[in-house]
Amino acid sequence: MSASHVSVETLSLPPPGLWHRPGFKRFRRHKLAVFGACGIVLLTLACVLGPMLLPYTDTFIDIRQRFAPPFSGPHILGTDPLGRDILARLLMAGRISLAVGFCAMIIAMAIGVCIGLIAGFYEGIVGTALMRFVDAMLCFPSIFLLLAISALIQPSVPSIVMLIAMTSWMEVARVVEAQIRSLKSRDFVQAAVSFGASHRRIMFRELLPNAVAPIVVAATLNVAHAILAESYISFLGYGIQPPTPSWGNMLESAQSYLTSAPWLAILPGAAITLAVTSFNFVGDGLRDALDPRMDLG
Amino acid sequence: MSSFLLRRFGQAVLLLFIVSMIGFAILHLAPGGPMSQFAAGGEMSQEDLDRIAQQLGLNRPLPVQYGEWLWRMLSGDWGRSYRDGQTVTAIIGSHIGATLQLMATSTVLAMTFGAWIGILGAIRRYSLFDSLATVGAMIALSIPTFWFGLVLIYVFSVWLGWLPSGNRYTIGDGSLMNQIHHMIGPVMVLALVSTAVWSRYMRSSMLEVVNQDYVRTARAKGLSERSILIRHALRNALLPMITITGLHVPTLLSGALVTETVFTWPGMGRLFLDSISYRDYPVVMGILMFSAVLVLLGSLTADLLYGVADPRIARSG
Repeated sequence: MSASHVSVETLSLPPPGLWHRPGFKRFRRHKLAVFGACGIVLLTLACVLGPMLLPYTDTFIDIRQRFAPPFSGPHILGTDPLGRDILARLLMAGRISLAVGFCAMIIAMAIGVCIGLIAGFYEGIVGTALMRFVDAMLCFPSIFLLLAISALIQPSVPSIVMLIAMTSWMEVARVVEAQIRSLKSRDFVQAAVSFGASHRRIMFRELLPNAVAPIVVAATLNVAHAILAESYISFLGYGIQPPTPSWGNMLESAQSYLTSAPWLAILPGAAITLAVTSFNFVGDGLRDALDPRMDLG
Repeated sequence: MSSFLLRRFGQAVLLLFIVSMIGFAILHLAPGGPMSQFAAGGEMSQEDLDRIAQQLGLNRPLPVQYGEWLWRMLSGDWGRSYRDGQTVTAIIGSHIGATLQLMATSTVLAMTFGAWIGILGAIRRYSLFDSLATVGAMIALSIPTFWFGLVLIYVFSVWLGWLPSGNRYTIGDGSLMNQIHHMIGPVMVLALVSTAVWSRYMRSSMLEVVNQDYVRTARAKGLSERSILIRHALRNALLPMITITGLHVPTLLSGALVTETVFTWPGMGRLFLDSISYRDYPVVMGILMFSAVLVLLGSLTADLLYGVADPRIARSG
């Protein structure tokens, strides 16, 4: 066993550097994905570092400069009804919105992967029951479910993260379940079974690592979904509560000034669109890069 | 065919059962549960609360409560609104029309435009039009619906003054033209995502079909490209779209809720939001369950229609 292993190692070529691996090449060729990756990096950097470089904080009230339009004075992107700097608020809101999206994704992935792994591995009654539960959860239109539960809980950043995660893990579970079910009959899993490997070992050491590609794709698309979900419920008034800024609740307060100060509504929406589009582009590019069957040129 | 029908129907009933359990769990297991509306006021003593729980039967074992709740739901008694005492079914009934009107109109529009974009993209694959359509669809799927609605209102109502900014019709003017005029904005918003979804699926469905043997045969017979596309490719490419339409119901309902809020459209979505702000739990639960039933019916109908349109499915599946 170990001898054959060594001979295979010596025969194979040295692994290509990350930059030149086929998957990575396919990703680079996907212009939109590269655009999306740049968008994510820039947005994240801006939200993390930006507020420190600005002359105004997001809570500084400059009452003489209320409703200043963009590019008209000391405030680059203008001010809101209280004279607070919009750029500073956008960046601080971005921290919250991106963090909520990212944390919700982590939790949703943890739930979805576990459920999918168990359902796919133990098919039978357990698997069927879990997957029917997934189907039933998917019967509820996501916003209806989000709002119905958010009405029952105290809104705070952690509870909104949990709420979004609890209502967005189902697609992941479906993807993982399908992948695990198809992997289960493969030779390497049969080999592990015949060696007497424990169920846990087969699930986490044999099956899961081979299902990483679709999980990574689902995770990227899930961030986009979570950012969008946060903006929806915050816009409708049940998400992140002011004074904590988020892109969604900035839009909620902007709604009443649509006629007199349209930039208040346009800028946060553009930020959401940029963030969500970027994650969707990257997810799409990753799907093409990691799934060789889709490589149609 | 009939065994396929029966099995599919049985699955839907089972799913409805699980859906009802989830709905009941949301109502009861959330912090506070059904009692939170009374406890929130802070004016009631613990004894008062206990007595209310006793009167409403909330102190009995959960399975008993669930059984009774399910029985009442099935027999059409969905409770009464806390707000005005009307039955939940009557309230939903008086709002669903406006929502279905939006959903149906935008679906028809999205099918027409989406299919057209998808087919053109598949025929001229990798052309400028195809690339633009791909990028456009991705952006359309990423734009927050409510923001698109606000931008439309700003451009067409505030700036250009062409469209009304909300409501179903001008009070005192119930003419058809007036209603259509009011529908343009919300339908455009709701149709945006559906058009993007339709164009993507139509494109890939068409691409799959044009490489099939029977299309090559048709081409070898010397049929005109137009006749190949319409008679042979399109008819088969449209089949999977039945399923897509059925599976699209949840997205459409979610979109309708947001659209109705932005355009103050008096439909079920806005009713849902209003009921949440009034803590009107019977109506909230009623709409939640009703929307889940609509979704189930959507996918069931799509499956059955697919079985009719493509008899192979019914026989083999």
